[in-house]
Amino acid sequence: MPDRPMQVYLPIAEVSVNIFLLLGLGGIVGILSGMFGVGGGFILTPLLFFIGIPPAVAVATQANQIVASSFSGVLAHLKRKTVDLRMGTVLLIGGLVGSAIGVRVFALLRELGQVDLLVQLSYVLFLGTIGLLMFIESLNAIRKAKKSGGRTQRRKHYWVHNLPLKMKFRTSGLYISVIPPLLVGLFVGVLAAIMGVGGGFVMLPAMIYLLGMPTKVVVGTSLFQIIFVTAFTTLLHATTNYTVDMMLALLLLIGGVVGAQVGAQIGLLLKAEQLRILLAIMVLAVCGKIALDLLIEPNELYSLGTEGA
Amino acid sequence: MLRLALLLACLALPVRAEEVVAGLSQSRISITANFDGSEILVFGAVKRQEPIIEEPPLEVVITVSGPSRPVTVRRKSRTALIWVNTEFVEVDAAPSFYAVATSGPIEEVLRHTDDLRHAITVPRAIRAVGAQVEDPTRFTEALIRIRSGQGLYQFNEGTVDVTEQTLFDTSVVLPANLVEGNYDVRIFLTREGHVVSDYSTAIFVQKVGLERFLFVLAHERPLAYGILSLVIAIAAGWGASAAFRYLRT
Repeated sequence: MPDRPMQVYLPIAEVSVNIFLLLGLGGIVGILSGMFGVGGGFILTPLLFFIGIPPAVAVATQANQIVASSFSGVLAHLKRKTVDLRMGTVLLIGGLVGSAIGVRVFALLRELGQVDLLVQLSYVLFLGTIGLLMFIESLNAIRKAKKSGGRTQRRKHYWVHNLPLKMKFRTSGLYISVIPPLLVGLFVGVLAAIMGVGGGFVMLPAMIYLLGMPTKVVVGTSLFQIIFVTAFTTLLHATTNYTVDMMLALLLLIGGVVGAQVGAQIGLLLKAEQLRILLAIMVLAVCGKIALDLLIEPNELYSLGTEGA
Repeated sequence: MLRLALLLACLALPVRAEEVVAGLSQSRISITANFDGSEILVFGAVKRQEPIIEEPPLEVVITVSGPSRPVTVRRKSRTALIWVNTEFVEVDAAPSFYAVATSGPIEEVLRHTDDLRHAITVPRAIRAVGAQVEDPTRFTEALIRIRSGQGLYQFNEGTVDVTEQTLFDTSVVLPANLVEGNYDVRIFLTREGHVVSDYSTAIFVQKVGLERFLFVLAHERPLAYGILSLVIAIAAGWGASAAFRYLRT
């Protein structure tokens, strides 16, 4: 038997994994989380599948790990006053309603079969669209900034600014109706529940392009609401499916919280457009990987599922 | 007629005459946090009143099987450009772990009929009925292929050492990704491919310590477990943040 001293047996996943591998994975995702304000679920979940964690356990446990890295990230952002708590709360209200709806939709789809396919297709669709839009937009912004050498950003007047129930969001410098943020939160909540992610990668562009929030505030605010959404998801999975693996979560989050702090520092060094373009590239890369998996003939056509055991 | 009678006598005699006495290097496996698989030594002797029958030679087949669970085997096929899971077979019961060790080539030590009766080889140990696809065997083959790749299904021909037709031993490697439960160990003595005697015992595989605590808590007090997970997450997040602030000042 080969000597592998740094293995750990995960009590819920019932597999044995290398400790450093988990710490490293958590660290990388943490860095992304702190830098971009995404939970990182859309990267972590496929990576966990890849190292042999059963999908149900991976989806549930990464939610728990994201609570930790987002909390760590949000504290860093709170210190810098780049969290719009009021906006975060409005988004969260929409988000919780949305995830309750999303869980229902998910159950319905599971009865119809083909949930996996739907999840993969929605990943490709949303990641692809959002990634591409962000990429083009930030590329233009960088070009413009180079040409004029100065600030070219002006606050555009979107149609969303004409709705009733206006509220002042001081940190974001906005005076808009609460209806658009509520709807954005709702929509992201539904998506998050179906796709098993925090929804940061959808939330971020929505905040920037639909609500017109400044990029610096967006990251902290997104993290703020992700904490609550993923905490809710963790509890839901723990009580209904018993699939949260605390040991796995602990190892991932040790790497994650450290990574989130490092990521927040890196984020400070970069310009808003640069951050956006990096996020866009990453989103497109994940999208491309999933699309390729769907298009290329897999080596092993068969797969095993033990759910319902 | 005489030939048949002789054959029957041959078959009948050893059943009573030879008996397995066996032991395991450990009958209890504890899964601790750093559990990294285990190796089990299965050894034993043949107890008999009469002198050893030299021909045909005594052969030994040993199986170790983990708890059986239902498994869904899905197959992808190309539908409108993309690869999608289309067909599936519900396997009613497939052992989570299965190892077969023999003292010689399987076709020499075990006849098909005896294999069927005692469900000894890997394909026999899997139970799938009522599959609604054209080629259900390919699904069970895939199941065996995937699990063999993970070291969960093992087929080790010629790894049982038999000494003087009396003593035998082999070792079975249990991988790190074991499932909790009773692992049945069966030992078959065969002559000319017929099972003449068998013996079975069990290995108890159980999580202990922290592993046991977390597993039980997760299933019996799920809400408390969920909240504890969140508390740990929040505490870790806060701890890292505080540590970094301290480092910077």
